[in-house]
Amino acid sequence: MNLLEVKGASKAFGGIQALSDCSVSLEKGKINGLIGPNGSGKTTLFNVVTGYEKVDAGEIIFNGKPITNASPDQVFALGIGRTFQLTRIFPRLTVIENMHVAAQRSGLSGLLARWSQSHEQKRAIELLDYVGITRLKDTPAGNLSYGQKKLLEFAFILIADPQVILLDEPAGGVNPTMINLLASRIRGLNELGITFLVVEHNMEFVMTLCDRVTVMHRGTKIAEGPPAEVRRNPAVLEAYLGD
Amino acid sequence: MNLIIEAVVFGILTGGVYALMASGLTLIFGVLDIINIAQGGMVILGAYLSFWLQQHLQLDLFLGLLITMPVMFGVGVLIHAVFIRPLKQDRTMLSILVTFGIMLVIQGLLTIVFTTDTRKLQAPYVTDALRVGDFYLSYIYLYVFALSAILLAALYLLVYRTRFGQSLRASIQNRTAAELIGINVNRIAALTFGIGVALAAAGGMAYGATTAFDPNSGLDLISRLLVIIVLGGMGSLSGALIASVSILVIQDVTAVIWSPTWSVVVAFALMIIVLVLRPQGLLGKVEGRKQ
Amino acid sequence: MTKLLNPAGLLVLLAGAIAFPFVINDPTYTTIAIFALLFAAAASGWNIFSGYTGYIALGHAAYFGVGGYALAIMCQRWHIQGGYTPFYLVPVCGLIAAAFAVPLGAVALRTRRHTFVVITVASFFILQLLSYNLRGLTNGSSGIDFPLILQWGPDFYNLPFYYAALILTLVALATSWFIRNSKFGLGLLAIRDDEDRAQGLGVKTGASKLIAFVISAFFVGMAGAVLNYFIGNVQPTFTFDSLFDVAVELMVFMGGIGSLSGPILGALVIESADQYTALQFSFGPGLHLLVYGSLFLVVILFLPQGIVPSIKGQWARYQASRSNDQPLPSANGTGPGSPAMGVTASREEAKA
Repeated sequence: MNLLEVKGASKAFGGIQALSDCSVSLEKGKINGLIGPNGSGKTTLFNVVTGYEKVDAGEIIFNGKPITNASPDQVFALGIGRTFQLTRIFPRLTVIENMHVAAQRSGLSGLLARWSQSHEQKRAIELLDYVGITRLKDTPAGNLSYGQKKLLEFAFILIADPQVILLDEPAGGVNPTMINLLASRIRGLNELGITFLVVEHNMEFVMTLCDRVTVMHRGTKIAEGPPAEVRRNPAVLEAYLGD
Repeated sequence: MNLIIEAVVFGILTGGVYALMASGLTLIFGVLDIINIAQGGMVILGAYLSFWLQQHLQLDLFLGLLITMPVMFGVGVLIHAVFIRPLKQDRTMLSILVTFGIMLVIQGLLTIVFTTDTRKLQAPYVTDALRVGDFYLSYIYLYVFALSAILLAALYLLVYRTRFGQSLRASIQNRTAAELIGINVNRIAALTFGIGVALAAAGGMAYGATTAFDPNSGLDLISRLLVIIVLGGMGSLSGALIASVSILVIQDVTAVIWSPTWSVVVAFALMIIVLVLRPQGLLGKVEGRKQ
Repeated sequence: MTKLLNPAGLLVLLAGAIAFPFVINDPTYTTIAIFALLFAAAASGWNIFSGYTGYIALGHAAYFGVGGYALAIMCQRWHIQGGYTPFYLVPVCGLIAAAFAVPLGAVALRTRRHTFVVITVASFFILQLLSYNLRGLTNGSSGIDFPLILQWGPDFYNLPFYYAALILTLVALATSWFIRNSKFGLGLLAIRDDEDRAQGLGVKTGASKLIAFVISAFFVGMAGAVLNYFIGNVQPTFTFDSLFDVAVELMVFMGGIGSLSGPILGALVIESADQYTALQFSFGPGLHLLVYGSLFLVVILFLPQGIVPSIKGQWARYQASRSNDQPLPSANGTGPGSPAMGVTASREEAKA
């Protein structure tokens, strides 16, 4: 069953056609990978799905319902979380405060309550444990290392109990130990039923982690299938080497 | 009807002067991303300099500009180096405080030296008037309008037809990228600030010749200038020009049709309406993410 | 901020503040204290919006003025006697100022950063001009006098004002604290750091900003009501004071913008100093401006973080050097899976 579908999405920025009749689908419960050379439109695809950009044409369907051009908060409320290539966390807030920003608000009383006493506090700490940065909970997020910020972003996306998580280059710029941690966490969450779409340049990461891989080139999909199949596909090789 | 025509004519002429004062402000914003509240004070300082040169050296107002403009350019570069350049974090808030502090210092100095008596720049052609239809148009308005037009044209050429101008526009568009291709953004910033202040000097002479002023006039002036550059689109020279003339014409016509006391309110209110519909101003860029 | 002072210390301060006018019975000093406290309340209010969200509002003098005029007009129209009664109307004045803030804030908040600043300035000027022009309501440039309070002798006069100011400051402080520790407050701070990201995570940014703006106008309006009542009249030039916002910004900045006690400390220090020097030294207007402006510049250039944060920073560094840190132990990842996750995870290092 396809949890998320992009049908024929097109998006241009000035003279540049970032997405060109792009159709991608995410199978529910799988870890989907998205690869492609620089400029192939991967981040733009993320942006249109999560509402940070609007499509010029095409549709985006989630759980059978159209969500085309919804705003980022609507998308998040529907259960689609995303991380950013250059992590977007709140540097002047502490780690635990960052977690609470993302935690679901429950009406007026929820907003006025002291966040440190709220019921989300337990869950926030649990998630910080899960990614292993609990000891940093009172540190301003801006003081974290790059890798730790990635873990924080991952954790606060989780606090909203998303059905789908879009990860934009989670393994970029971090050491191998961290990469393994991320991979194991992704697998762990996937076993609980969360669907993933991972954009990555780290081929080993994608090939070992993902059940299915989609390849983009020049704004559109050029191949799709299990990792082993895709890596042998001549069109894919050409896309990477030919440009 | 004649009153309206007169209002429109005056509006255009004084609009040109305001455009001159506002152009420096909008350029400084574009390149340095700060609001130079002291610009109001700089204009008045320019007016007083012209006043002093005329009183003590009997120097003609326009010739005096050959002295005041370079001097103020230097002052601008100095102020930038000492007060603006060191600001690294929290620039929005700090630049407001710093430029306000500078304005207070200017205001204080002028009050001490010149007292709070109102002044007006005098010259023989200030009093002579041209008869146009039913009303008299003092020659000075035409001359300062011509001055504004010439300086604005020169500025336009500088910004759009020279290499310096190219670097300047690159710095406005994307500071980081400009640095990466070898543009000395700090130098551009310093020079731009200097140019902005020099323009204020010229604007000061024009303003002082047409309006009575005292050391405290700067505050009122800067609020009008801010309205103008926001309406025109911050960072846009043509925007500043269009906005200046429009606001002044609307203000003067409102004063005639309705009442002088309400004319300024109308101008402000109109600005707000435009900004509600178009937050970036008439010719401004949409506010993107911070670079 | 309050981490530096434990509850006992705060109680001592509070006791001191309450006892102050009895210990120091000199009206000169209690007058300075009244001004300082009212600016502290206004600064706290301003900080709730600008300090927390990062949007620099420079038009709050408008709400200060509305508060003052509201009280004066009510006293005049309803023939209220001088004395305690006007104090009961102060919260109403705050609400009136807040009511003005709703449309003005809604319009201004459609823009960001510099444009926002300019619109707030413009809305201030519009209200100032209205106070000149709506003569039927405001009596134009002559202003309105508050009813005289003949029944309070010169020794007693300042006391009710002092306590009103103190109460207002404490309420503003409590509100700031409450907001800071609430989910709502976290939302505001998130807006300051990355507004679009906050919105994307579900923070209702539009509503949050406007509510904070209105709350800040409420406090500034009340401060305006009390201060103008103390001064005895309202007039367009003084009640709508174009230097107000920058003065408040300087106070908040010096104390530490976005902090709880910062605005109050900054206001107490600066306003007291300002009032004191005005009394002690007969500066001509020019010299006064010159000194004020120069002090501005000196403080900003040498203490760019503000005074309280700089002191806190020094204190933290001092403590760190004293305790001779051992390097922090490397973290273990999770143990054998966290209960809610039900996942068997291998022990990993979280250190990157």
